[in-house]
Amino acid sequence: MKLTGQVWKYGDNVDTDAIIPARYLNMSLPEELAPHCMEDIDASFAALVQAGDIVIGGENFGCGSSREHAPLALKGAGVACVVAKSFARIFYRSAINTALPILECSQAVQETEKGDTLTVDLQAGLITNARTGRSYQTAPLPEFVMKIVQAGGLVPYTRERLQAR
Amino acid sequence: MGHTLAEKIIAAHVVGENGQATPRPVRAGELVEVSADVVLANDITAPISLREFERLGVERVFDPDKVVLVADHFAPNKDIKSAEQCAQMRRFARAQGLTHHYDVGQMGIEHALLPEQGLVAPGDLVVGADSHTCTYGALGAFATGMGSTDIAVAMATGVVWLRVPETIRVVYHGELGPWVGGKDLILYTIGQIGVSGALYKALEFAGPTISTLPMAGRLTMSNMAIEAGGKAGLVDFDGVTAAYVDGRVRRPFQPYQADEDAAYAQVIEIDAAQIEPQVAFPHLPENARPASQAAHVKIDQSVIGSCTNGRLEDLRVAAEILRGRKVHPDVRCIIIPGTQQIYLEALREGLIEAFIEAGAAVSTPTCGPCLGGHMGVLAAGERAVSTTNRNFRGRMGHPDSEVYLAGPAVAAASALIGRIAEPKEVLQ
Repeated sequence: MKLTGQVWKYGDNVDTDAIIPARYLNMSLPEELAPHCMEDIDASFAALVQAGDIVIGGENFGCGSSREHAPLALKGAGVACVVAKSFARIFYRSAINTALPILECSQAVQETEKGDTLTVDLQAGLITNARTGRSYQTAPLPEFVMKIVQAGGLVPYTRERLQAR
Repeated sequence: MGHTLAEKIIAAHVVGENGQATPRPVRAGELVEVSADVVLANDITAPISLREFERLGVERVFDPDKVVLVADHFAPNKDIKSAEQCAQMRRFARAQGLTHHYDVGQMGIEHALLPEQGLVAPGDLVVGADSHTCTYGALGAFATGMGSTDIAVAMATGVVWLRVPETIRVVYHGELGPWVGGKDLILYTIGQIGVSGALYKALEFAGPTISTLPMAGRLTMSNMAIEAGGKAGLVDFDGVTAAYVDGRVRRPFQPYQADEDAAYAQVIEIDAAQIEPQVAFPHLPENARPASQAAHVKIDQSVIGSCTNGRLEDLRVAAEILRGRKVHPDVRCIIIPGTQQIYLEALREGLIEAFIEAGAAVSTPTCGPCLGGHMGVLAAGERAVSTTNRNFRGRMGHPDSEVYLAGPAVAAASALIGRIAEPKEVLQ
């Protein structure tokens, strides 16, 4: 799975209230949430984000509330992948479960700027910055987790398993 | 080598490929599948769960006694869309014949309600579509928050996958000072380790201070394990736990304590006696400082309630400070008992009268302002002191508002004085 997209860069502790404010939690479809994605921390994001773009963040990305609306809003906005220095654990699971590819790589985040073009090879754990030419090797997603993403998320993955029983 | 509390509880719940019980010892770092004793969702997380449940193609939940649905976040219905979400959850509960669906009139804030109703037992494994599901760790249950899709699969199969976490053991020594409670201990702790200090790990709260901390204080501490990034916030089963669950939990349970020779990622010793009432400054729960350092902060609102501090013990603390005095004219003091039972008991004890006479507003149970939903949202430039659990930017309303986290004693004193204050400033 190789993805290439333009980068949006954010800092540490981007919490799920920032990704999708609670006032929008009376809705739950990705297309309903997308217009409000990142609204309180970056008013330009929702209007300017393009399908295939990549969001990068610092430590503890997706911390705070468990709201699955957060990865759904990002997906709805067309974000193809999130790369962070580290992920909060509920967000990590929910991103996998909703088939939003994620990868942890501190150095890549550190040396990448907003507007850069990144290519992310999920299986290999390889990230390349087109502007700088630099490549970064990080631990790929664990095999079991990759299976869920490749199946299209936890529901398709589970359906297959239940049918196989 | 012995086992941590997390390892023991998870070990007892390990299942095989076909979901059959295969309990066996586990170690931190292992990936396992476990059976859940309780699967929980609320009115804002259930809609996604129910949608995904349908996509799974499973007709019935795995066990209608074990799936718990609570309408607490945007209930009583905040607006039309929220009404539709609650209605959807209600229809599902009825169609599935769920034993435990709590609607307006019976509902309370879920993490105050479930322990009170005896729905979680010591030794249980609980998963919930709410990050503060970790609250039940105070009962000696391995309880952790997940997303709606994880919960949808758990509703269908009764099984979740987990990575067995490492544990950080926090040992508290010393007698608590006046007006210092569980909220102050946990704010102080998060201040020490940071909002990702326990990332991917379980926390164990232990030591002589915890042994004598009432269950309400323990529930407050476990509630905020997630604010340090923790997967769970666990307390050994002891006499306090036994007394609390007696008469509440109506099924057999298996309690656990951590082994003396368990392997911990870290052991932190804290001198609780020197901890002052704490305040966490905006916009991170880790910005904890003594309340005395916040005396310059004027406030517009004081919220006393939530799954963190909406219990009877918290209301008693607030009443002791508010009784016979008047809320500052520039402050809106909003008090929200966590459940109907708490509300009724507070009424019988004269606490509600004391609150209203002091000029505070008292609400039916709801999460309300904690997440900027309703019942006390902040305008641009406004500041609140709150017994809730998060103060990220925009948490309680406008992105240009501020939330200072504190315990009920500081929240009540601040409501009287009009700025962040300690009880001793009011009680001389």
